[in-house]
Amino acid sequence: MAETKTIPAETVAIELIGVSKTFGRQRVLRGIDLQIMSGRTTVIVGASGQGKSVILKHMLGLVSPDRGQILVFGRDLAKIRRKELNALRMNFGVLFQNSALFDSMTVFDNVALPLRERTELSGDEIRRRVEEKLALMDLKGSNNKYPAQLSGGMRKRVGLARALVIDPKVVFFDEPTTGLDAHKSNEIYRLFYQTQQQLGYTAVIVSHDVPKIFKLSDYVALLADGRIQGCLSPEAFQLSDNPLIREYVETSMGPIYSSAEEERGFYETV
Amino acid sequence: MRRTLEKIGDETLYLLEMAGRMGFFLLRCIGRTVQPPYKLRPILQQMEFIGARSIFVILFTGAFTGMVLGLQGYYTLRKVGSEGLLGSAVALSLIRELGPVLTALMVIGRAGSAITAELGIMRNSEQIDALECMAIDPYKYLMVPKFVAGIICLPMLTCIFDVVGIWGGWLVGVKLLGVNAGAYFQGMYANVDWQDLRMGLTKSLIFGLLLVWVSAVRGYYLHLERDGGFGAEGVSRITTRAVVMSSVTVLVWDYLISAIML
Repeated sequence: MAETKTIPAETVAIELIGVSKTFGRQRVLRGIDLQIMSGRTTVIVGASGQGKSVILKHMLGLVSPDRGQILVFGRDLAKIRRKELNALRMNFGVLFQNSALFDSMTVFDNVALPLRERTELSGDEIRRRVEEKLALMDLKGSNNKYPAQLSGGMRKRVGLARALVIDPKVVFFDEPTTGLDAHKSNEIYRLFYQTQQQLGYTAVIVSHDVPKIFKLSDYVALLADGRIQGCLSPEAFQLSDNPLIREYVETSMGPIYSSAEEERGFYETV
Repeated sequence: MRRTLEKIGDETLYLLEMAGRMGFFLLRCIGRTVQPPYKLRPILQQMEFIGARSIFVILFTGAFTGMVLGLQGYYTLRKVGSEGLLGSAVALSLIRELGPVLTALMVIGRAGSAITAELGIMRNSEQIDALECMAIDPYKYLMVPKFVAGIICLPMLTCIFDVVGIWGGWLVGVKLLGVNAGAYFQGMYANVDWQDLRMGLTKSLIFGLLLVWVSAVRGYYLHLERDGGFGAEGVSRITTRAVVMSSVTVLVWDYLISAIML
């Protein structure tokens, strides 16, 4: 049974209702119910291959569900036209797992692309905004480099600059720190925290980096067996009675104590 | 028996699905081409890639095709004592058939394969997804410039191929084998008419569309390939397939257009 917080409807940015998806013979999602709250950070955790990135792709409208509904700012993605979907996507920023930078373009052109293609801004204004975001990401002086000439951490930062350049309302992070060492991961987290404080965007993060990611999150959702096993605050998540959540927390963080309700008398014996 | 039937059914469904996907892909590309805004710069960049950078290879193949036509034509026509017809034989075979077909095959090898590989890598590394997430239409942004450039460049390259080929034939026929220069060109003027030029140019226009279409669709839908289009091997496999498929398509359509227009 999924545990979900009851939260007033007006603050929901994205909502998934009973979303199912099958690829070939593999049933990846079996009825996902999830609410993403405006201005908050929701982290989706779960073992590899469970379909966490598939959930993100559904929210972005890149994949359509076999069954179920996806509401973005209250609009059903299945019922809107391509133009409206594109208008919705103007509110999105995405940091892909492998950064997905355009490898034949320089860092500057990569970050400038959304502004050049989707806005009517002048060349000078675009330059100003791009340089501002690059400076925010500590990437001054890398304007003319190509993605292949950058380190993994720098590529992520360029990806983040590109995701933020249109001042999105919702930013999606697909495994933002995978493949980075602890120092580089911290740097990404620091930049994420700073930019979210500054820009106040809603964040949806798919991550393996437990427990570190808990510190940054308002809600943690576990995807297991094709369902969301509860979308809870990090504290409640770590103390949840849901056996799948407990198992996940134990395997990723080490054994935890049971809750007092479940095992009465346990704490007396410790 | 049942297994055979299942296999046939599977294969039919797969082919139908692929045909449908290709059809919708082309329709979308055409739709986006006529839809504003129109951007000239990306089209010019693609024209440079598909057209300008193919000129050298077209000059080279054009010259040698013309030369071998001159050589073969001369010895064949001499048997019936009609060396004077060499000019028109060279020009007609080039303008109607060899010019458009060989130009298309050379461009498939040079630019078509590159288009498939480029789009395949973009698909594999989520660059196409990234475009969509930024609300940039991948058809408009990636495909339209390629289609327009292909349709503009192929006829131009074919013209270059034809002219160079005719001069190649002249070099061998007139300069090396001693056919009368006046007869070579006069025969050409007399026997080549607008109808032939129109057929050649129609072919090259259609080939330009076909080769970009097949190359682009294979790369773009790399992830939907039945045997998996993942990694470097997936891209190389799909590129090979795209080259074979576009070459075969061009040859089949060459026959169809000839049959219709003759």
